[in-house]
Amino acid sequence: MKKKVLSVALSAAMVASLAATMNVQAEEDLIVVGYAQVGAESDWRTANTESFKSTFTEENGYKLIFDDAQQKQENQIKAIRSFIQQDVDYIVVAPVVETGWETVLEEAKEAGIPVILSDRQMQVTDDSLYECWVGGNFIKEGEDAGNWLAKYLEDQGRGDEEINIVTIQGTIGASAQVGRTEGVGNIVKEHENWKMLDMQSGEFTQAKGQEVMESFLKSYDDIDVVICENDNEAFGAIDAIKAAGKTCGPDGDIIVISFDAVKAAFESMIAGDLNATFECNPLHGPRVAEIIQKLEAGEEVEKIQYVDESYFDTSMDLEAIMAERAY
Amino acid sequence: MNKLKKIAQYRLFLPILCLILVLLVNLITTPDFFAISVRDGMLYGYIIDVINRASELVILAVGMTLMVAASGGTDISVGAVMAVTAAVTCNVLSGGQQAVTEYSNPYILGALAGIAVAAICGCFNGFLVAKLKIQPMIATLILFTAGRGIAQLITKGQITYVRVDHYKILGSSIKGLPLPVPFFVAVLVVIIAMLILKKTALGLYIESVGINPKASRLVGLKSSKIIFLVYLFGGIMAGIAGLVASSRIYSADANNIGLNMELDAILAVALGGNSLGGGKFSLMGSVIGAYTIQALTTTLYAMHVSSDQVPVYKAIVVVIIVSLQSPQLKKWLNKVKLSKKAVNGKEVA
Repeated sequence: MKKKVLSVALSAAMVASLAATMNVQAEEDLIVVGYAQVGAESDWRTANTESFKSTFTEENGYKLIFDDAQQKQENQIKAIRSFIQQDVDYIVVAPVVETGWETVLEEAKEAGIPVILSDRQMQVTDDSLYECWVGGNFIKEGEDAGNWLAKYLEDQGRGDEEINIVTIQGTIGASAQVGRTEGVGNIVKEHENWKMLDMQSGEFTQAKGQEVMESFLKSYDDIDVVICENDNEAFGAIDAIKAAGKTCGPDGDIIVISFDAVKAAFESMIAGDLNATFECNPLHGPRVAEIIQKLEAGEEVEKIQYVDESYFDTSMDLEAIMAERAY
Repeated sequence: MNKLKKIAQYRLFLPILCLILVLLVNLITTPDFFAISVRDGMLYGYIIDVINRASELVILAVGMTLMVAASGGTDISVGAVMAVTAAVTCNVLSGGQQAVTEYSNPYILGALAGIAVAAICGCFNGFLVAKLKIQPMIATLILFTAGRGIAQLITKGQITYVRVDHYKILGSSIKGLPLPVPFFVAVLVVIIAMLILKKTALGLYIESVGINPKASRLVGLKSSKIIFLVYLFGGIMAGIAGLVASSRIYSADANNIGLNMELDAILAVALGGNSLGGGKFSLMGSVIGAYTIQALTTTLYAMHVSSDQVPVYKAIVVVIIVSLQSPQLKKWLNKVKLSKKAVNGKEVA
């Protein structure tokens, strides 16, 4: 009797272990990706996280291990180490800061796990430590804005007119500020009739944007275009323009262009205050998945990969776009 | 000559001189700096910008002066308290939604809730400083770091917009008033503070507690109570400044409202010729200091200084102003003068 029970128990255990190994095998078919996210800091970041979670699903053949670092580098390093211990197939990192990653990246390299960077870059002496970087191209965003302006003026029949531009810059030194200033500058150089009157930092805030625009309006009588390096600065600039008794937007005296394309920017465009906004696309997930598929197939990937970015202006059906957008 | 000397010895002489110096630079670089025109019944010009934009700083400086005077330490949490106030007020008015175009609750309720929370923050700081005798900078460091987190928590990490014209009034203008509303708020705050300090003995008490809390207690002043009250007052001032700042952008931006304002407020107190070691103080000095800081910012805008160089110019001016007011430098200058006189005297003899 005792033996019988034992054998039943044993066989049950065998079946269970067999099932377990089968389960593991099923899991092994999935590509395991560890994502060390910065944390939840803004709508943009939330949309970025969502994009990864909705791309790397089991239906798509992935298993995503997500880690929220709460804006701390040490948490991200811990997360990467735990990914290595769990022997994941790929590690994706959105680094909090640019420096101090060598050691942990070497550990990943020794374990043979490719690392993909998302959004912000890393400064490492040996760039073979990571596979590639995926993110927005701020210079291109600036150039797109410049080209949009050229076309817009052309359509209005103002292509050869003297155009006076002012820029409300972001926080000096931030990569978005540096890239967007450079991009816009490249296009301004191409147009001899465009004149960049002044650039001041609005520190990416509405209050400072308003203050800087107030000052611009007093210094220059004839401003045609104001370029704001994020949406919040544009909201402040619009208030300052109205307070000075001028108008802005598609039907106004001053053309207002901004970057980021947050929800409030759509509301501002619908209200007829803002002309156009250039997106900083947070949906990195699909592009990262594409890269992983290429690596799985043994192909080489480009070191720097930009996500597709678009823009929105008042000629579009903004209400419909706004309803669809996740952020 | 004697009259000149008397003026030079007047307490506010140096702060006023500094403000005039900053403004004089404009006379040379931007002659139309002082031009004031009328647009839509509102005065319009750089000078108006200065007195408008300095308002929050003036309000903070009033509170900061008293806290410095009574406790010999600075409250570095005022900027964060501004953000908390804005977050509370906007969320009461929006009923917890992210953006509204109509009040969910009456304005007065939101404003009072915001000020009440600011007062609680002030009480918390006051309790730590006055009762637990923690160094003011350390005590207020708690809210300095935690304050914005609390504000984020209240706004759920989003910017809460209250797009109601009534809400914008406090930070903009009313038809019929030639100057922006924030200026009047600042003036009102200064007048009320002056009245309290001059009409009661409170000003004297604060100075005496600041100079020697033990001696003050021995003559019958409740030192800890006075310090507590002053921090409570400082909290309320931060609350009012927060309301104005939030009204300007008709939203609660927990990350940016009042950012680095505590440092400007401390600087305003120092520029006003007040000792950061506590004791005797001049409220008007701090107010002039606050206007000087804003005049400097507006001047740099008007001079088209490129934005990456602005901090350098600011630093140079502040170093000059602060060292002009340093007693050590004065002593040293006097010595040089005396020795020169002595040399001259010998030559004559």
